[in-house]
Amino acid sequence: MSANADVGFVLQEKVLDAIAQHIPVQIVGRNTKAFYGRTPLGEHLSVAGHCGVVSYEPTELVITARAGSSLAEIEALLAERGQMLPFEPPYFGIHAEDTLGGTIACGFSGPRRPYASSARDVVLGVKILTGKGEILRFGGQVMKNVAGFDVSRLMVGALGTLGILLEISLKVLPKAEPEKTQVFSCDAQEAIRRMNVWAGQSLPLSAVMFVDGQLYVRLSGSHVGLVEARKKLGGETMAGSDSLWASARDHKHGFFRDDMPLWRISAPPAAPPIDLPGSWLIEWGGAQRWLKTPMAGDALREVVAAAKGHATLFRGGDRQGEVFHPLSPALMALHQRLKAEFDPHGILNRGRMYANW
Amino acid sequence: MLSPDKQALLTALRCILPADAVLCETEDLRPYECDGLSAYRELPMVVCLPHTIEQVQAILRVCYKMQVPVVARGAGTGLSGGALPLKNGVLLSLAKFMRILEIDAANRIARVQPGVRNLAISQAAAPYGLYYAPDPSSQIACTIGGNVTENSGGVHCLKYGLTVHNVLGLKVLTIDGELLEIGGSTLDSPGYDLLALMTGSEGLLGVIVEVTVKLLSKPERAQVVLAAFDDVVKAAAAVGDIISAGIIPGGLEMMDNPAIRAAEAFVHAGYPVDAAAILLCELDGANEEVSEQILRVRELLQAAGATQVRTARDDAERLKFWAGRKAAFPAVGRLSPDYYCMDGTIPRKRLPEVLKRIAELSAEYQLPVANVFHAGDGNLHPLILYDANKPGELERTEEFGGKILELCIAVGGTITGEHGVGVEKIGQMCVQFAPQELAQFHAVKHAFDPQGLLNPGKAVPTLHRCAEFGAMHVHKGVLSFPELERF
Repeated sequence: MSANADVGFVLQEKVLDAIAQHIPVQIVGRNTKAFYGRTPLGEHLSVAGHCGVVSYEPTELVITARAGSSLAEIEALLAERGQMLPFEPPYFGIHAEDTLGGTIACGFSGPRRPYASSARDVVLGVKILTGKGEILRFGGQVMKNVAGFDVSRLMVGALGTLGILLEISLKVLPKAEPEKTQVFSCDAQEAIRRMNVWAGQSLPLSAVMFVDGQLYVRLSGSHVGLVEARKKLGGETMAGSDSLWASARDHKHGFFRDDMPLWRISAPPAAPPIDLPGSWLIEWGGAQRWLKTPMAGDALREVVAAAKGHATLFRGGDRQGEVFHPLSPALMALHQRLKAEFDPHGILNRGRMYANW
Repeated sequence: MLSPDKQALLTALRCILPADAVLCETEDLRPYECDGLSAYRELPMVVCLPHTIEQVQAILRVCYKMQVPVVARGAGTGLSGGALPLKNGVLLSLAKFMRILEIDAANRIARVQPGVRNLAISQAAAPYGLYYAPDPSSQIACTIGGNVTENSGGVHCLKYGLTVHNVLGLKVLTIDGELLEIGGSTLDSPGYDLLALMTGSEGLLGVIVEVTVKLLSKPERAQVVLAAFDDVVKAAAAVGDIISAGIIPGGLEMMDNPAIRAAEAFVHAGYPVDAAAILLCELDGANEEVSEQILRVRELLQAAGATQVRTARDDAERLKFWAGRKAAFPAVGRLSPDYYCMDGTIPRKRLPEVLKRIAELSAEYQLPVANVFHAGDGNLHPLILYDANKPGELERTEEFGGKILELCIAVGGTITGEHGVGVEKIGQMCVQFAPQELAQFHAVKHAFDPQGLLNPGKAVPTLHRCAEFGAMHVHKGVLSFPELERF
């Protein structure tokens, strides 16, 4: 039996107390993503107890759950009905204890992201607790909804700085059909070229990764579809590839087992290999690239920006510095104004995203 | 006789734009008095037709300084009055921003100006085997800037998403003329998801001056199945059966009998005119996969009690099947002097009771209704037939439409799936959202446009407006002062 409890009003009281006492709070679920973002100020406010599936309608392709719900339990429930979260969320907890709320607040997506959806793409509605202590609902439980500003998706990746996620409604999809992984040996340049050529064709791609001179391509489709696609692609079919994709998704792959600072580089997918020293793992058809390097952030970001990308210090390094790519002055000012409209007292995850707010 | 303020505004605008790009004579303003929701009309004070970002920037700075409201407009095809001008405001037409700046086939993106037509993007991408997925029915005329502003949908949303899922970057001017670059050619961008916030913001937050969209590879094959049912409940159940079987069709559309008959009479699509409902189910993808899915869908439809299941024999027949659906609005328009298109979304399983209640309301208001339905994603378009020349009929139609929207909220849906709130549904926003939520929308607008100069009076009602709407709602069914402006 899964845990199920609505403690929204208890959390609301705590936020109102924090406002009254001018004490910032750090929003914490199961604490599996503490490594991500800047080190925030304030006392822990646990939302893990606010959990449980509120509703699940398989034929409507929608699930609504409280933020503290276990992601693994949600995925297991969906799997019982032959469905899945299309964005293939990562599990960064040692025992996969990640919550739904933390995943959405960070906006994390896994290997299927460029071929299916991102975390933000599937968010249909939210219930949030703002920094004013108000419980508000935006969006809904239907696929198409343009009533009011899209505050629901604004929350995805906002790291809780605009509001505490209480409930989230997500679009789900039928579970991927049988999957096969083809492997090729090539260099990074050739891998990026092939990833993008394939993405421009009618092929059932569901993940692509390049690491250690090997290009891995996952296909999801019906039996005949897979036979056809493998004929077109060539390469060797890999046995037991599920663990490969899970290890890449959850950063348990050998590449990620390292104390070196880990950078996440978001680049135009077809951008040629970026000339920066370090070891690389390229995912998402070239759109997400991981780099392990001791290099300084400013110099690294200059090179990445020249390739029309942006860089996040994902793990390790200086967590008091600029972890996220700096914004233009105009965008930074707008961010601060938005923050002030949701959290006028600056109490929610202060400093987690950018310094000073 | 011009007021001094208007004279000063015109003088300032004429310093920015050539004489023929600043319109203020009544006959020149007339084409801009309404958008696709023609029941609402207003002449703007002045129309500006800039053709560079710098000109738009300068116009906004003048308006900001002189506190003149601004309404941006693309092709004016919107169906909720979002581009309705203000009589004391500037109507900013982006029609001259018609250039496709770049088709980057390797990265599968197109960078375009906001006045580029939706279909023109797919046409420009076609030589590379690519296309732009969202396809609102107005796609031959509507512009991408308007699509972003309204978060437009179309018949392929269930599988390929709305505009918000297909836009990667925007250049936006704020009311004070600041240029914001949001996103670009990457899948995500640092900071808050302003791309999502801008998409569907109905011109309240900024003026879009450039758009980067995602292009998709054209499916190898698309095939459509038409199924007829003698009962709408069975047709609705069949939709659930297809989705439960793990199939996500490229398009899944439903029409009821009045819509079928109207479309058939208009385009001769080969629809069975005696059916209570038809479903059009398009499957797309790799050749072999489509063949397999067609067989599966045919079985499911037959098991669901379809009286007839036909697979289009070739592409010509496939296009003919779609022609009927795509022409449904004008086809219904032929049956009646006017029609009013509604746009609610509901959980799909509530469709039978919603259709039943709409039929009851139709009898009550003595106004016929035809229903077309994006069945896959629950987006319902009831078309109310009326005659604006009959005294009181427009008012009765609007009230009936309002009841349909409130019904959508009551069953757990929303008042607008893809057409936007505009001026049309502003009253129902008070029903769908609590006062604190509406206040938060105003707070978001305040962060972008503290003086409230961009498209004021649209999309988000003032709490004062809601109090009036609520009061009128309780006391009687009709608005007390129909001659008054409704903001």
